[in-house]
Amino acid sequence: MPDTAVRFIGVNKWFGQFHVLRDINLDVMQGERIVICGPSGSGKSTLIRCINRLEQHQEGRIIVDGLEIDDDVKAIEDVRRDVGMVFQHFNLFPHLTVLENCTLAPIWVRKLPKREADALAMKFLERVRIPEQATKYPGQLSGGQQQRVAIARALCMMPKIMLFDEPTSALDPEMVKEVLDTMVGLAGEGMTMLVVTHEMGFARQVADRVIFMDQGQIIEMNAPEEFFGNPRNERTRLFLSQILR
Amino acid sequence: MSLGEARQRHGRSPWNSVRLRGVALQVLLLAVIAALFYALALNTYANMASRHIVSGFGFLWRKSGFEVSFSLIPYTAEDNYVRALMVGFLNTLLVSALGIWLATALGLAIGLMRLSRNWLASRLAAGYIEAVRNVPLLLQLFIWYRLVLTPLPQASSAIILGPAALSNKGLTLPAPQFGPGVWTAWLGLGCALLLTVALSFWGQRRRERTGVKPPVVLLSLLAIIAVPVLFLAAAGWPVTFDYPVRGNFGFSGGMTLVPEFIALLLALSIYTAGFIAEAVRAGIGAVARGQGEAALALGLKPGLAMRLVVLPQALRVIIPPLTSQYLNLTKNSSLAVAIGYPDLVSTGGTILGQTGQAIEVVAIWMVVYLTLSLLTSAFMNWFNARHRLVGR
Amino acid sequence: MSASYVRASDAPLRPPPRGHAGPLAWLRENLFAGPGSTALTLGLGLLLGWLAYQVLDWTVLRAVWTGADRSACAVPGAGACWPFVWEKFPQWVFGFYPLGERWRPVLTFLIGAAALAPMLMPAAPAKRFNALFLLVAYPVIAFVLLGGGVFGLPPVETTNWGGLVVTLVVAVTGIVLSLPLGILLALGRQSELPVVRGASIAFIELWRGVPLVTVLFMASVMLPLFLPSGMSLDKLMRAIAGLSLFASAYMAEAVRGGLQAVSRGQREAGLALGLSRWQTTAKIVLPQALRISIPNIVGIFIGLFKDTTLVLVVGIYDLLGIINAGLQDSKWAAPQTANTGYFVAALIYFAFCFAMSRYALFTEGRLARTGRR
Repeated sequence: MPDTAVRFIGVNKWFGQFHVLRDINLDVMQGERIVICGPSGSGKSTLIRCINRLEQHQEGRIIVDGLEIDDDVKAIEDVRRDVGMVFQHFNLFPHLTVLENCTLAPIWVRKLPKREADALAMKFLERVRIPEQATKYPGQLSGGQQQRVAIARALCMMPKIMLFDEPTSALDPEMVKEVLDTMVGLAGEGMTMLVVTHEMGFARQVADRVIFMDQGQIIEMNAPEEFFGNPRNERTRLFLSQILR
Repeated sequence: MSLGEARQRHGRSPWNSVRLRGVALQVLLLAVIAALFYALALNTYANMASRHIVSGFGFLWRKSGFEVSFSLIPYTAEDNYVRALMVGFLNTLLVSALGIWLATALGLAIGLMRLSRNWLASRLAAGYIEAVRNVPLLLQLFIWYRLVLTPLPQASSAIILGPAALSNKGLTLPAPQFGPGVWTAWLGLGCALLLTVALSFWGQRRRERTGVKPPVVLLSLLAIIAVPVLFLAAAGWPVTFDYPVRGNFGFSGGMTLVPEFIALLLALSIYTAGFIAEAVRAGIGAVARGQGEAALALGLKPGLAMRLVVLPQALRVIIPPLTSQYLNLTKNSSLAVAIGYPDLVSTGGTILGQTGQAIEVVAIWMVVYLTLSLLTSAFMNWFNARHRLVGR
Repeated sequence: MSASYVRASDAPLRPPPRGHAGPLAWLRENLFAGPGSTALTLGLGLLLGWLAYQVLDWTVLRAVWTGADRSACAVPGAGACWPFVWEKFPQWVFGFYPLGERWRPVLTFLIGAAALAPMLMPAAPAKRFNALFLLVAYPVIAFVLLGGGVFGLPPVETTNWGGLVVTLVVAVTGIVLSLPLGILLALGRQSELPVVRGASIAFIELWRGVPLVTVLFMASVMLPLFLPSGMSLDKLMRAIAGLSLFASAYMAEAVRGGLQAVSRGQREAGLALGLSRWQTTAKIVLPQALRISIPNIVGIFIGLFKDTTLVLVVGIYDLLGIINAGLQDSKWAAPQTANTGYFVAALIYFAFCFAMSRYALFTEGRLARTGRR
């Protein structure tokens, strides 16, 4: 299937004796936006971290853009080049300026000349609406600005797939919107996105499918209107009632 | 009763002023310090008079009358005490500089080994660190001195390795003697250094333009070696060697690396490497885990992620303890006195014994070491100010 | 596309497959994770095995176990010379302390250990009383017991003290004297009064800037010049004085680290409750700062314990000094005598220092767990 972006087939993973991912089967189409939610410890972060092999799965197959991820170093490098990731705690490099954060990977991985890399970075910094902060250091920015830089940094690698690992959980409430707006804009451009988040408004607005995970399993998966309007599983209902209050 | 009323009833004493109390305390402290120094000076004056010691630094220009086993500059027993101290100071600098270089290389290797994912490598590095840090340096020095000295034969049956000779008097090598044209070599070295700077600029520009980095380090190394040699050759090779000649009691001529030097160098660098390794481990451990992950997620290979993202941040944490380890190593080189390597403290001790000028000699030691340590802390402050992470 | 998906039943919870957990997986992950790792493991394993064999061979297989003098050990190919250790060991521990009086250092040591043990255990009660005893009463008791001259104890000159006894006396006195001085200096360095702060900084940096060897030389040759004529300190006391001043500067820095780690809010809360500035320092800030400093203070003690070896430079026979001196004994002149002596010395020092550093780690871990209360 050429239009499958990410494919999980019978994936299992353990942390020591703890079974974190239990028989995961999932197909994500090109251009599809998936929102994953669930209680903490349910394995949602682990699931998307398996896609760029920040975590290793032990059973089953994961195929990203037609390339199977195993312990082949080259395959992992290729996948990481084409998959962008945004972290809960931003993980910007504090010793580099905003611009240098964005150009680091294009220069060293894509081997772009510095001038081109700078131009590319400025283009994406404008997209996330903070070009004026380019020469500052991450520590000088607010949390929301930092997370937008992190998004720009990932986009500079021209990824085919973007992973978001709770991108707004570490933000002050007033900054959540600016980051979500950036993500909504990105969704509008047809980027394939897997987003771990509890922002249900965002899910309703942009998600093609919402996935609910609990105890390492995909419990429920449905289009947002169905998912929120008519949850089928007891656990989903309980979770939604807690989170929507 | 309001606070104001109560205050009025107790009255207002000038002693309640925080300012006044502060001033009084400081005046008192100054007075105590002054009295202490005055008493010490009086006692010292009386004691020196009764021992017929003349104070002052005039004795420094007297003939030393003692030989040293190892010197970087020409020195004989006919020279004065100033020159003897100079010899000692240069010997301290030599063993410290080489020791710092060796300890850094070894410490970095052990520190990275400690962080290795290979369990055995990590445990062995931990064992090294524990062993080296928990045994006194002086004992380690004795052990190294013994290990260096034991297998070496008497000078009369020295091991001859071409022009060099190895015996319990040390490693004797031909000493280069520089003729009048030697300035060409220095000129060549200067040119090579300029060339290196130019090369690194060119390399940087080229990488920024095309994304491909030329082998700048290799080219620079080549230049630093080749250019001075070429210059020397052009000047007609004004270098001759003074070959050691075997005499009745060992060798004369040439230059000799004494075993005390080698033992001290080994002991200092192996000991300090244990502390440097800990600093390296702690520094890399202090970089948040997410930094490495973010670099990997951007597609950087593990080696590049280490070099571009983790190490620069770790260095910020590593450099301050590293400099203080360098300073410790320099101060610890004074243990030379225990095995008779003629460093600053050892030569100073000999002079002290000969002349009894305790205060002057100790003052010289203090000034030299305090200067070194103040320079070091000045560097550290500068470094910390420069590399502080910019925050809000 | 709106695929809907509901799990009909839970996927089974399973243990990880073989090769992904348990000892085999551990081996594969930590020792044989790839060709490079495997080569490293094999190389280092060989090195370790060779080293272990060398040590075993020298200490046990080829070692000499009995004998009365050098002739037993001066055999070609012989390893460690243990009879040398058997004969010298009492001297290594007691120096030249008179044979009949050796119960006194032993008793001193036992009292110290008995008082120290509950100090080291977090759960033991009466810390304050205990600390007072150790810091004030114990040094007096120890010096009376060791030095004698009163209560019918025959006097023993400090020139006859030696070996482990001197090492312990110097290190323990050094720490006991330097702790209060170090606390004062640390507080002085934090003071708002420029003279107090300046004097403290000058004192601290002076001692930290110079090597201990020069400090000991200074104590041994300059101190007599400083004292009023007619008054004299013996060699050991001079060395202890030098070492204590030296250690107090490092102590001050350790305590300062602790003071800085106590949050500002603590001092403010104390002042807001109406405590005076001294009360706030003594009752609120300092107790917390000292607790935080314990690992570093133990670290300084380890350093001091190792540094006592330097007193041999000024002619005092501590443990290393007396072992070193014993190597000159022609009765035991044999190729392996010195190696044996140094080996035992290294073992003794390592045992002491390693135990102390483990204790420092333990307190550090405990501090981290209790959230730096």
